[in-house]
Amino acid sequence: MTSTPNPQTYTLGSSLARKAVVDGAFIATRAKLIEVAAFLDRVERFGVDDDFRCAALREAAALLIDGKPERARRILEQLSDPTTHPAAKSSGQAALGAWLPPAKEK
Amino acid sequence: MRYIEPHGHMVSRTTDDYQAMVAAGCVAVCEPAFWAGFDRGSVSGFRDYYRQLTEYEPARAAKFLLPHFSWLCLNPKESEDLALARDVLAIIPEFLDRPNVLGIGEIGLNRNTRNEMTVLEQHVELAVKHDQLILVHTPHLEDKLKGTNLILDLLSSHRGVKPERVIIDHVEEHTIRRVLDRGFWAGITLYPDSKSSPPRAVDMLETCGRERIWLNSACDWGVSDPLAVPKTAFEMRRRGHSAEVVDAVLYSNPLRFLSQCPKFRLGDSPVG
Repeated sequence: MTSTPNPQTYTLGSSLARKAVVDGAFIATRAKLIEVAAFLDRVERFGVDDDFRCAALREAAALLIDGKPERARRILEQLSDPTTHPAAKSSGQAALGAWLPPAKEK
Repeated sequence: MRYIEPHGHMVSRTTDDYQAMVAAGCVAVCEPAFWAGFDRGSVSGFRDYYRQLTEYEPARAAKFLLPHFSWLCLNPKESEDLALARDVLAIIPEFLDRPNVLGIGEIGLNRNTRNEMTVLEQHVELAVKHDQLILVHTPHLEDKLKGTNLILDLLSSHRGVKPERVIIDHVEEHTIRRVLDRGFWAGITLYPDSKSSPPRAVDMLETCGRERIWLNSACDWGVSDPLAVPKTAFEMRRRGHSAEVVDAVLYSNPLRFLSQCPKFRLGDSPVG
């Protein structure tokens, strides 16, 4: 069962709307990209760039320019816990935004 | 413009938010039970919370002419204490006949633990036994994909669960298709820093269809925006979506799902 249309067949109506996709979001997106760059610079400057979350962010950022579609989905998947079974107990902490493999836990 | 806010934790919002939502076109708000920011320590603490959701908060919303509905459960963040969870679930049936209660929610997983799975199964049994709608919370950040898969497998394997009566909330680009493809409804939550932004939500509507999707702010005591849904309407209009399409997503879709509960009424007559 699915209601999912083929993404390739979806088209927006007017050329005005298509232009608005860029005009309405470019500056905000540019700012977010610079924030990412500044964050990576900052963690290096503070000597904490080996944090597993920073490493995960660098690896995920590579997907931005690999020329393949569905970048958001693929980045979310790359930052996800790939295991499939329920954990025996809670770590007691909140989710951290990137997956830390058990072998690296201390 | 008219819209339904299908997921807002209004007990933690101010009256200013009620005014702003109504001014923006909100015609109903639905409030799932959730975590208070700390673990409640007793069954009586939950009983008081359920009274707040079914007595006090609907009256507060009514002062702003806004119909208020609620969902009841023990939040997955409080599922590690199995004994307390069992005792709390035992009192929920006392409240299911209240006039504003729509179903069981928001149940689900937090850190994807065995105890959370146990309590999720108990909630699903409770919902099936009492023929209730189900609203499911999916985990945060790196836990969402795994948790969504565990939840979908659990729900799909239960013969008493009807997918069209279950909404899986907080979907993102990596989980939305698997939810829709199994016949469930999907909720997109609009948060400033996590979950989805309005532009990403519209992306998902454009690429995944809009038949069984609702949008919500899930506004609570954390970083959240009670006007996120109408702001997403603006993003849709800016991209060229018609007012009719906006209305279908922001009003008709939640109306269609929620009207499966006969208690979901707007004004004096049944909706739908």
